[in-house]
Amino acid sequence: MIVTETTSYQEQFERFEQELGADKPQWLRDLQRRGLARFRELGFPTTKLEDWRFTNVASLAKQDFIAPLTPRVPGQVHDAGELAAQALLDDSFHRLVFINGRFAAEFSRIGELPEGVQVNHLEQVLRTQADQIGEQLGQQASLENASLTALNTAMFQDGAVISVAAGVQLETPIHLVFITERDEQAVASFPRSLIKLGKGSNVQVLETHVGSPGATYFTNSVLEIELDDEAELDHYKLQSDSIAAHHIAATHVHQRGQSIYRNHYFAFGGALSRNEIACTLDGEQVQTILNGLYMISGDQLADCRTRIEHAKPNCESHEMYKGILDNHARGVFNGRIHVHPDAQKTDAKQSNQAILLSDDAVIDTKPELEIYADDVRCTHGATVGELDDTALFYLRSRGIPEPLAHKMLIFAFANDVVQGAKIEPLKKYLEAVLLADHGLPQV
Amino acid sequence: MSSETALLEEYSKREYKHGFVTDIEADALPPGLNEEVVRTISAKKNEPQWLLDWRLKAFRHWQTLQEPTWPHVHYPPIDYQSMIYYSAPKQKPLLESLDQVDPKLLETYEKLGIPIEEQKALAGVAVDAVFDSVSIATTYKKTLEDAGVIFCPFSEAVQRYPELVQKYLGSVVPAADNFFAALNSAVFSDGSFCYIPEGVRCPLELSTYFRINAQNTGQFERTLIVAEKGAYVSYLEGCTAPKRDENQLHAAVVELVAMDDAQIKYSTVQNWYPGDEDGKGGIYNFVTKRGACRGVNSKISWTQVETGSAITWKYPSVILQGDNSVGEFYSVAVTANRQQADTGTKMIHLGKNTKSTIISKGISAGFGQNSYRGLVKIQKNATNARNFSQCDSLLIGDKCGAHTFPYIEVRNTTSQVEHEASTSKVGEDQIYYCRQRGIPTEDAVNMIVNGFCKEVYQELPMEFAVEARKLLSISLEGSVG
Repeated sequence: MIVTETTSYQEQFERFEQELGADKPQWLRDLQRRGLARFRELGFPTTKLEDWRFTNVASLAKQDFIAPLTPRVPGQVHDAGELAAQALLDDSFHRLVFINGRFAAEFSRIGELPEGVQVNHLEQVLRTQADQIGEQLGQQASLENASLTALNTAMFQDGAVISVAAGVQLETPIHLVFITERDEQAVASFPRSLIKLGKGSNVQVLETHVGSPGATYFTNSVLEIELDDEAELDHYKLQSDSIAAHHIAATHVHQRGQSIYRNHYFAFGGALSRNEIACTLDGEQVQTILNGLYMISGDQLADCRTRIEHAKPNCESHEMYKGILDNHARGVFNGRIHVHPDAQKTDAKQSNQAILLSDDAVIDTKPELEIYADDVRCTHGATVGELDDTALFYLRSRGIPEPLAHKMLIFAFANDVVQGAKIEPLKKYLEAVLLADHGLPQV
Repeated sequence: MSSETALLEEYSKREYKHGFVTDIEADALPPGLNEEVVRTISAKKNEPQWLLDWRLKAFRHWQTLQEPTWPHVHYPPIDYQSMIYYSAPKQKPLLESLDQVDPKLLETYEKLGIPIEEQKALAGVAVDAVFDSVSIATTYKKTLEDAGVIFCPFSEAVQRYPELVQKYLGSVVPAADNFFAALNSAVFSDGSFCYIPEGVRCPLELSTYFRINAQNTGQFERTLIVAEKGAYVSYLEGCTAPKRDENQLHAAVVELVAMDDAQIKYSTVQNWYPGDEDGKGGIYNFVTKRGACRGVNSKISWTQVETGSAITWKYPSVILQGDNSVGEFYSVAVTANRQQADTGTKMIHLGKNTKSTIISKGISAGFGQNSYRGLVKIQKNATNARNFSQCDSLLIGDKCGAHTFPYIEVRNTTSQVEHEASTSKVGEDQIYYCRQRGIPTEDAVNMIVNGFCKEVYQELPMEFAVEARKLLSISLEGSVG
């Protein structure tokens, strides 16, 4: 059965190989072949696997999604323009736009970059600096037991490449916009992106995913990040895919000493979304901050998964995830902290809070701690509940009608995560989403 | 740091205090497992046809199952065909009083510090001593009979109360529940049966001491406790086993049924042979324990102190079926040397206003690996369900591990689930503080560990709390740096 589900991709792979293979360096062709072989071997994950217990991807496996062979011809797009305009927060940001997994020059605006900063798309980089990128590609994202990362590895054509030289402080954020536009056939896109920050550099990256309203498509994205000593990266991800989309993403982060990685994840879209963040803290005094907010309703499923490997001593990790689930929505949170034997003085905190607004909403959470060192401070907490009755009563006793009081409390609950965003236009946008969704008067 | 290291070394080297083998002739089957063995066990126990059929069904299902690999423990593969599935001390004529019990058996208990006579006289506890799968002596039968309580070895219950056994056997842990439960269902040798009729408060704390004796014998105990409407029972289970070299499998099943307003309190002190300091030998303790709160306002409470066994795989669970029912789980698990434990609980909330509390304390020392794995599940109709979970780990030494794998699955908005976990170590500053005040390091460690476990000890019945403290201080004996 697995074989039939993977054959569609096998065929597409062969076609890619035939049409485009000649232009690719041998190491890349080998890497992609390995990816395909691994994917064929593992097949689509089933709920029998511990990591996929709560997230059933059968619907994804059964359906045929087609990855476009060639990029969109400029000027022949449908609603990509509107989608790009929507996703745009500030025109001054350095911007790379991808449509259906391929770079779209007409919407992108890289702008002026200081010396030592490279912002480009993968296809281009592979054409001009293939060997340089060869050392980086596939370094963090292991194919072991990760069938969908293997699929991405087999199928990727394009993605973003950011590299920043040592000591560079880039003040303007870099905005990566991934648009999926409706096509005759359901679209599959496999963006593969790389971010590499040199020693002591500092960058903000904003990643946005949007799609044609109501369109069914499949995004399988892999992002590999390397932070050198003392580098600092603020990574924001806004997932506002179409309500019928399947969004599978894996972010792999490798951190060296004293580096800081902050990830802020906001999930609103997708019929099925799964966002996996794996951080390896491979140096002392590393800080990792992972915050997330998932707000879903209808029949949506949002799966948030974090994995933190404390490999070296004296590191800190903080995680805060919050979920708001309405109607038949289903939330899954799996946070795993692994403290290696040498990682003494580790300070790891993790919390996941979820609010269920409907009797049909479901939450499955599994915060895991695996600790092999003794001088550590690790805590995790998980709470699930409805809105606080006393808080509601307080507001009502002050003359605020119940529906509005409800909305205020939800806003306050989510706001903890939203306030973590340091990009002002993003914060404004998120506040607007929270308010709009709950019909509060604009502040 | 040097005192810590010394402490760790001392701790890891502690000897098992209850290691000795009693030389008693055993009536055992040859090693191996097949349908014939199942039939023979059943025949030896003179069991009715329905029970044999039930065993065979379980056995056939077991053959289709795979041994679970998801627990966070490592051990060499078990050869189920090299084990002996039945061993009973040579049958002596029926005994009327303790005087007639083989003096060697009594001696064994005395070495363990549980002289039956003394307990009878002093503690007021009825002891159903299970020695290698067959119950030898049962005391206080009269008191219990007068109250209408049935408390007897499982095999006796099958003969005397077949309809009760048939009604409840496998109703909480079905024969096909999991690999080890299926194995147990196929070959269980004996165990305890307890039935508390409507409105009766059991006049005694019931206790059974399990011992594993004959070499190479897996122990497959089966305990079934039924508390009818408004009944109350407190059941104590304590385990020790003689020292030996080969790993032994213990796959017990415990089923509890609580009807309306009934309460069952089940306490365990487990101190089976954990293996030597290199992890050689030791018991594999793969147990399925589950209680069903069938009736409204019923309550089931599990308390366990786990200090023994090479590997523990155990999740005492409560199915909260009746409205307003309560489930509790209090646990202290110690893993030292090369011990591994994957233990926790499951609380399945089905009824309205159901409540559950989970307090789990894990202590790891030496190369010990201690995992908490728990599930809290709130089903759709469990309106106003509440859960509070807390699992804390204490690490002694830098080569041990503490892990938590809590699963929380919620399908109801009005429910409230809270989970907290923390990991810490016995701090040098804490020990320093105590020593400054003239408290020797060993006592200081003891104090800190006892303080850490206090919430659980409070839940233990008096006699057990004493034993548990003793066990832990034995574990920590000689840990002065």
